[in-house]
Amino acid sequence: MSLAIANSIDDVLTALAGGARPIAGGTDLVVGARQGKSPLPESLIAIDRVPALSTIEQTDGHVRIGAGVTHSRLMSDPLLVERYTGLADAAALIGSPSTRNVGTIGGNVMNASPAMDTGAPLMTLGAIAELRSVSHTRQLALSDLWTGPGQTSANPDELCVCIVIPQTPAYSGSAYVRLEYRRAMEIAVVGAAASVVLTEDGTIASGRLAMTAVAPTIVELVGASEAMTGMAAVDAADVIASLASDQAVPISDLRGSDRYRRHTIGVMAARALDAAARRAGGERIGVPVNRNLGIGAAR
Amino acid sequence: MSETYELEVNGVSYPISAAMDRSLLSILRTEVGLTGTKEGCDDCECGACMVLIDDQPVNSCSYLAAQAQGRRVTTIEGILDGENQLHPLQRNLLDEGGVQCGFCTPGMIMSAQALLARNTSPTQEEIRIGLSGNLCRCTGYQRILAAVEKTATEA
Repeated sequence: MSLAIANSIDDVLTALAGGARPIAGGTDLVVGARQGKSPLPESLIAIDRVPALSTIEQTDGHVRIGAGVTHSRLMSDPLLVERYTGLADAAALIGSPSTRNVGTIGGNVMNASPAMDTGAPLMTLGAIAELRSVSHTRQLALSDLWTGPGQTSANPDELCVCIVIPQTPAYSGSAYVRLEYRRAMEIAVVGAAASVVLTEDGTIASGRLAMTAVAPTIVELVGASEAMTGMAAVDAADVIASLASDQAVPISDLRGSDRYRRHTIGVMAARALDAAARRAGGERIGVPVNRNLGIGAAR
Repeated sequence: MSETYELEVNGVSYPISAAMDRSLLSILRTEVGLTGTKEGCDDCECGACMVLIDDQPVNSCSYLAAQAQGRRVTTIEGILDGENQLHPLQRNLLDEGGVQCGFCTPGMIMSAQALLARNTSPTQEEIRIGLSGNLCRCTGYQRILAAVEKTATEA
C-alpha cells in the first residue's frame, strides 16, 4: 500500500486520475478497514493539509465550505453558527471531540451514509457539492449526488472540493435534531433537519425538511413547504409529523425497528421545525439543539 | 512493503521504517517503543489510544501513522513536566480515586489535557463533552470528572 501527502488540489486530482483514493481524517475509511468492512485502497492520497480545501469563504450570495473543514470547525465557526445553525447542530453531535477534530464535511458527504448527520441540514439549506477532476468541475445537488447507502454518482477521479450553500434570507432559521441512545460516539437512530423563513407576522413563508436514517439516502420531505406556508410553526407541527412518518421508508436493524423509526421520525421532524422557527424568530437556542432543548439521550 | 519517514513524538524525531497501512498506535507501541498509549477496542470507540496531534486529541488506533508526518505527536510519556514529577492531572486522578485498573487513564489524561489547554475553567458539562470519547469500565466516571475539575481549579 502507498500513501502520498498532497499539498494542493492539483496534486490530489492528478493522484485520483492515476487511481488513488482520497483520505482526510480516516474516521470512516480507516475505521471501516479495521472493522473488516472493506480493505484500505492500494493507493491513498492524503488531502488533510491542502490549504485550499480548508477554507470557509463568503462569496456573492453563497458560502463555500472547503471539503476538508473539520466538524470541530463547523460547530464553532461564527458565521455557520449564526446563519447555518442546523449544520453546526449536526457537526456538534458527530462522534466525540477526537472524531470531530479530524473528520471532515467532505468525508461525511462523500461517504454517503443514510445516517450521516450533516446531510439533512445541508439538504434543507439548499447545499450543492462541487466536484472536480483534472478535466472538469461540476456542481451537483445533494439529491443527485447520493444514490444509495455508501453510493454516490461521483466518478472515481472526481474530488469533492467544497460544499456551496446559498446565503440565508432575513427571518430565517435552521435546526437539526436526532434520536440517540447515548450522547457521544453515536449514530442517529433517526434525525430531522428543518430550515424555515418567516413572514413579518411570524407565520411560515417557506420551509424545507429533510430526514436521516429512514431511507437508503438522506431524503427531503416532499410537499413540506406547501403544507406549512401561512401557518404558525406550532400549528404546522402535526402536519409535518404525519408527512414525515408517511414518507419514511426505514429498515429494521440493531438501533430500531422500522415501525419505531416511522413513528419517531415524525416526532423529530416536528421538533426540528419548532427549533428552526424559534431561531428564525430571533430566539437564541445554542448548538446543538439536542443538548439545549433536552432532546435525545439523557445525561 | 516498508517505506521510511520521520515521526515527531514528544519533541523527538524518530526514523520509521514500516508499511504505510500501519496505525499510529501500532507504530508508537512497537517501533517508537512508547507503550503508555493503550490498545482498547482498536475500533475508534473507547479512547484508550488517545494521543494529541498538533495539540488536538485523536484516536491513534484508526489514524495512519504516515499521515502524522510533519505534525507534532504527544503521548502520555510527553506530558510530564520533569523527571519523577507527576503531572497535576495524574496526581489528582490518584488523589481522587480516579484510577482503578488504569487502562483508560492515559487516554483520559490526553483528552483532559487538550480540554484544559484551550479552556482553563471548563464547566462540568464541558468536562463531560471533553471526555466523551473515553470509556472507563471501572470507576463510574465521577471521580475522573472530579479530578479534572480539581486540576482546573488549581491552575
